Amino acid sequence: MAIIVEAIKHLFKRPATLRYPFEKEAPPKGFRGRPIWDMHRCVGCGLCSRMCPSGAIEMIGRGHEARIKHYVDRCLFCGQCSESCPRNAIRLMNDFEHASYSRDSMIYEYKRES
Amino acid sequence: MSYGSTIKVPFGPQHPALKEPEHFLFKIDGDIIVNVKPRIGYNHRGIEKAFERRTYIQNIYLAERICGICSDAHTTCYVQAIEDLLGVEAPPRARYIRVIVAELERIHSHSLWLGIAAHEIGFDTLFMHLWRDREAVMDILELISGNRVHYAMNTIGGVRRDIVSETIPKVIGSLDFLEKRTKYYMKVLRSEPTVLKRTVDIGVLKPEDAVELCAVGPTLRASGVKNDVRRDDPYAAYDEIPFNIVTDDGCDVFSRILVRCGEILESINMIRYALDHMPSGMLRVRVPMVVKPGEAVSRVEAPRGELIHYVKSNGSTRPERYKVRSPTLANIPALCKMLIGQHVADIPIILAGIDPCFACMDRLVFVDVKTNKKKALDFESFRKIVRKRHELL
Repeated sequence: MAIIVEAIKHLFKRPATLRYPFEKEAPPKGFRGRPIWDMHRCVGCGLCSRMCPSGAIEMIGRGHEARIKHYVDRCLFCGQCSESCPRNAIRLMNDFEHASYSRDSMIYEYKRES
Repeated sequence: MSYGSTIKVPFGPQHPALKEPEHFLFKIDGDIIVNVKPRIGYNHRGIEKAFERRTYIQNIYLAERICGICSDAHTTCYVQAIEDLLGVEAPPRARYIRVIVAELERIHSHSLWLGIAAHEIGFDTLFMHLWRDREAVMDILELISGNRVHYAMNTIGGVRRDIVSETIPKVIGSLDFLEKRTKYYMKVLRSEPTVLKRTVDIGVLKPEDAVELCAVGPTLRASGVKNDVRRDDPYAAYDEIPFNIVTDDGCDVFSRILVRCGEILESINMIRYALDHMPSGMLRVRVPMVVKPGEAVSRVEAPRGELIHYVKSNGSTRPERYKVRSPTLANIPALCKMLIGQHVADIPIILAGIDPCFACMDRLVFVDVKTNKKKALDFESFRKIVRKRHELL
């Protein structure tokens, strides 16, 4: 019967859940979200694309002319790319809402602007 | 008491809810199970083959995705096998962090199971309260690792992230909350007639049967056998952290509940000790991409029991063969043994009792062997049978 007392007590408490998407809780510091590239630091070595476990990173060209295509729909958010980057050009963001109706909108392109 | 005919009841395999597909063919005499035939393999994903196509670093994240609940146990087992092949050892601080994450995972896995068990016996109030409090441990894991489910903490030669001193007070605070709540739930579970009626003397597995059928984990310990990889073959920092192996002599589903509750409390104490005694120093050692030829076997006590990984290397950047033996597979023969002689209405809780990665009941087809008539039952009608039987009790 111990649970009945507990259940009645909770009738008068706030709900444990949030009314998402109207209320949102910010992810904690160090959350592994979508990676973003700082192309001014990138040297185009291609290590991120070779290390990626799910083939979510495509590198077109080499060196400073390299373009990076990041497919969020394949991304595991493991952060291995950011860990492997010798120039610390990849940072993990805080966003986690990537759902979309089309796959094309889930491709992010990065290019060095001179 | 015999009803004159034996009926075959296929159980599963598909259910679109949270449980994985699995098929059991029950031979029943009236309401009593006479024989069980499991048929596994509905959830084959070709993961072992996928291991052979990826590099050792990429495989860490594949190993993590073998199971969502024991994701840390699988990566620990994987990196230990590779470290064994490379001949490197993780630094002391990394080994302590591995223990902390593994024990946090055990707490979250056991509270998840307790909730599922409560749901299976129709005690949804307890299920919801348990899962609400489980969020506390999920939040700590997210704070430490950056993700709620796939922690990605382990890497070959150490761990990827440190547990910084600012997070420790929050972790300790959540552990105090979890300890208080777990003690309260133990009180509820011991006194609630709903729980006692549905679990005491249900699914009995005698100690000699448990050992003979190679049961593992809490299923084995609930039969009174003291067996735990953390003590028998210590890995990470388990040889330096004191802990008790929780056992119970009840051998039934209720003792499996008590063992898991006890393990949650034991894990909380282990994390507190590990946080206090964590040595400082490096987090990881650098390892080469190429692994020299050889074979290695690694064992880890996952929340569900003993987990075994085997790796064979041919000297390249990818493994030549990889094999995973998960605890659920080891528990299936014991599960079949404990189902025999039980009532049909008790199938769900006995199946759930081993904390499987399956146990689904989408529909049931009753086949009368004499007349060959088939009668299909959906989930709701099955629930009705369950309720009817337990109203009679």
